[in-house]
Amino acid sequence: MTQKFEFTVNGRPVSVSLDNEEAPLLNVLRNDLGLMGTRFGCGLDQCGCCMVLIDGAPEKSCTKPAWSVSGKTVTTIEGLGTPERPHPLQQAFIDEQAGQCGYCLAGILISAKALLERNPSPTRPEIALALDGNICRCGAHNRIMRAVEKAAAQIRAGVRSGTSR
Amino acid sequence: MNAPVLPGPLADNPRLDRWVSFPAPGKVTVGTGRVELGQGVLTAMTQIAADELDVAMGRITIRSGDTEFTPNEGYTAGSQSIQFGGVAMRQACADVRGLFIDRAAKVLGCNAGELSIRDGTILRNGAPTGQDYWTLAGTVDLATKATGGGKRKAVADFNSIGRSSARLDLPAKIFGKPAFIHDMVLDGMVHARVVRQPNRGATIETIDEQAIKRAAKAPVELVRNGNFLAIVGDDETAVDLAGAAATDHVTWQHVETPTSLQAEASWLIQRPAVDRILGAPETADPQGRARFETTYTRGHLAHASISPSCGLALYRDGHLTVWTHCQGVFPLRAALVRTLGLDASAITVHHVQGAGCYGHNGADDAAADAAIIAMKMPGKPIRARWRREEEFLYEPKSPAMVVKVRALLDEAGKPSDWTAEIWSGTHNYRPGAGGNLLGAQALPNPPPEPPPGDVPEANGGGATRNAEPLYDIAEKRIIHHLVTETPVRTSALRGLGAMPNVFAIECAIDELAERVGQDPVQYRLSITADQRARAVIEKVAAMAGWKAGEPGGAGRGRGIAFARYKNRAAYAAVVVELDVEEMIRLRHVWCASDAGLAVNPDGVINQLEGGIIQSASWVLKEQVRFDNGVSSFDWETYPVLKFSEVPEIDIELINTKDEAPLGVGEATAGPTAAAIGNAVSHALGARIRDLPLTRERIMATLLKE
Repeated sequence: MTQKFEFTVNGRPVSVSLDNEEAPLLNVLRNDLGLMGTRFGCGLDQCGCCMVLIDGAPEKSCTKPAWSVSGKTVTTIEGLGTPERPHPLQQAFIDEQAGQCGYCLAGILISAKALLERNPSPTRPEIALALDGNICRCGAHNRIMRAVEKAAAQIRAGVRSGTSR
Repeated sequence: MNAPVLPGPLADNPRLDRWVSFPAPGKVTVGTGRVELGQGVLTAMTQIAADELDVAMGRITIRSGDTEFTPNEGYTAGSQSIQFGGVAMRQACADVRGLFIDRAAKVLGCNAGELSIRDGTILRNGAPTGQDYWTLAGTVDLATKATGGGKRKAVADFNSIGRSSARLDLPAKIFGKPAFIHDMVLDGMVHARVVRQPNRGATIETIDEQAIKRAAKAPVELVRNGNFLAIVGDDETAVDLAGAAATDHVTWQHVETPTSLQAEASWLIQRPAVDRILGAPETADPQGRARFETTYTRGHLAHASISPSCGLALYRDGHLTVWTHCQGVFPLRAALVRTLGLDASAITVHHVQGAGCYGHNGADDAAADAAIIAMKMPGKPIRARWRREEEFLYEPKSPAMVVKVRALLDEAGKPSDWTAEIWSGTHNYRPGAGGNLLGAQALPNPPPEPPPGDVPEANGGGATRNAEPLYDIAEKRIIHHLVTETPVRTSALRGLGAMPNVFAIECAIDELAERVGQDPVQYRLSITADQRARAVIEKVAAMAGWKAGEPGGAGRGRGIAFARYKNRAAYAAVVVELDVEEMIRLRHVWCASDAGLAVNPDGVINQLEGGIIQSASWVLKEQVRFDNGVSSFDWETYPVLKFSEVPEIDIELINTKDEAPLGVGEATAGPTAAAIGNAVSHALGARIRDLPLTRERIMATLLKE
């Protein structure tokens, strides 16, 4: 049975008709809305590749029923910034060359954004803890943590925050 | 005069238009058989082409791993992309540049020596000539063979090579653009999940088709060919649900189940094996030298790529097109020829990036899955993506290994005769080595298993990789038992046998140093004449503030280890500082590496650093468990190192302006493993010789003390 609901993604209201009531938010983002930046890693709520912000809180979208975000606000990696107007986190990740294969990065950037919003001056251990729900298999961890520190400093210094809302 | 010797990949693919073309004004297309596996290879190749062609990097579009367009360079593996593929690229571009200079000289009626190129524009004695690559492109035939006659730039004349360059592929990933094969959408594409045959020879007994379809909650269909079974549908959620449910609704006969006993490396000894000796056999020792013997082991490892494997395929009008993130599109095409009975000319394979693979994971198999389904559904683009559990359960594993070291020692306690005796399954079940694609084994009349084999020594060896110490030892030999009966499919993982072998050698060297009361750094230097080896050992000791004779046994330890990958790629020495209580906590890792010419120094450091962290993860946490079948099937049952567990890392490169680049991707894995082993021994005052260094093993060691 088709199920209809509405939510806001990256500031844009969307209406979705679900053919499959069990569709996770991740599949709706990728397959229905064409937002390919959020990645599938495990489908088990374990690796963090599919992290998005739901009403500002970081959540894994691979097991989150899509209908559960009805009426809510979702931010994906595409909502952080653009190459023309990068979020300070994105700029810092490029500056630090923070990544290898890059498959984990979208989820990590989302976790990092959530961290910086609740803690603008995180210590290295606080950053590590905030990212422990994200797996990086290539070993880019230290670059990633350096980039988060750098972005935090930039934001504290008042650098404008991309297209983020 | 002798013709110049072409670099191997260029000799194999001499046609220059496979390497370089000028498709439109201001544009250059460069082709490489090497593919991007997350290591920045394509960025480095672009830097190389920019320098040797004298064009800006921004003009270059790189085409990689494509049976239609690019050179065939076999596999992107073994840390060889830059060391060999990059050198071939340099020469190909130099030859192309030479042809254009010659052509321009003719057109302009001047000496070639008066001409130079700046960003694609031909200059005569520094002044514009109105000619460039693109005005001349129509008159220079690149469908010609490389001669090696083009003069490559001198190191001093490099502009881009040797400077850290931002990775060209990272922005798409950081801004959430489609970047991976998983993000490809083809018109009319359907999703597929395979119901995996548990093992070769297993046969389908029953299929509860209705139950599978009910679980899907939206329409799906089943596609079957022999014991190959897949679920296909328009809705990815439906095929996911059905795929997960199908494991309960399909029953199999002739299922083989690995046991927990088989998970241990020691199980390998006494199994059927193909035995050989590299070097002179051991003989009686008339001198009666002191003898040292000890055994090191490591369990099976998973590649555990962060993205489950994915393949796309379309069979239309008698032609099969396949998209894959595997390491070798040409060998995959050959394996598809064997599997599907199509001619090679009827198959095109394109590489599209996946997540880091670290070796032979499920990528080839997922491509084959898509192809097998596509053959049954002509005209329909198929996207077959593995489930997370499927990736862990069915990817080829890195084999467990036993390495026994025997050494005879001279009066000073230095080794004068060295034997490494190794038991291991193969490290090479790649399609290019005759290994079967997983789906092929489930088809009617599956192709035969290839004869037992491992990577040849000429390619660095498999289980024997780095089993020969680089140290000055008069007699060295390797006894290799290639175990032919393994509980799971095994194949290449980053470094192959190098990690267990370097772990064994470098732990043994520490044990020997300890035996004569010498500092591990001094002891290593006393048996090493190789100047580049000495340089990295001395450098890392200085970086870490290494102090000879620092007392251990108090829970904090330091360890050093060294290797030159394959004894012919990059040199790396590593010092690890850690704490041990019940668990190991890594504090700091220092690394000095001589990788020769560093095309992209930051990329080199990134690779060395990634190798350190991945190796630390292997050593501290990783082993594929068997408990009535493979029981490591997700990130909870196969945990890897987390952000909060990663140490501080300092890396320094030396000798970066050397003429020859040396492969780095696998250089740090062995030394890191051994340096951790040595640091744990220093911290505990007792040695653990079996990997991983689990809490259980640490507790057992502490209790013994």
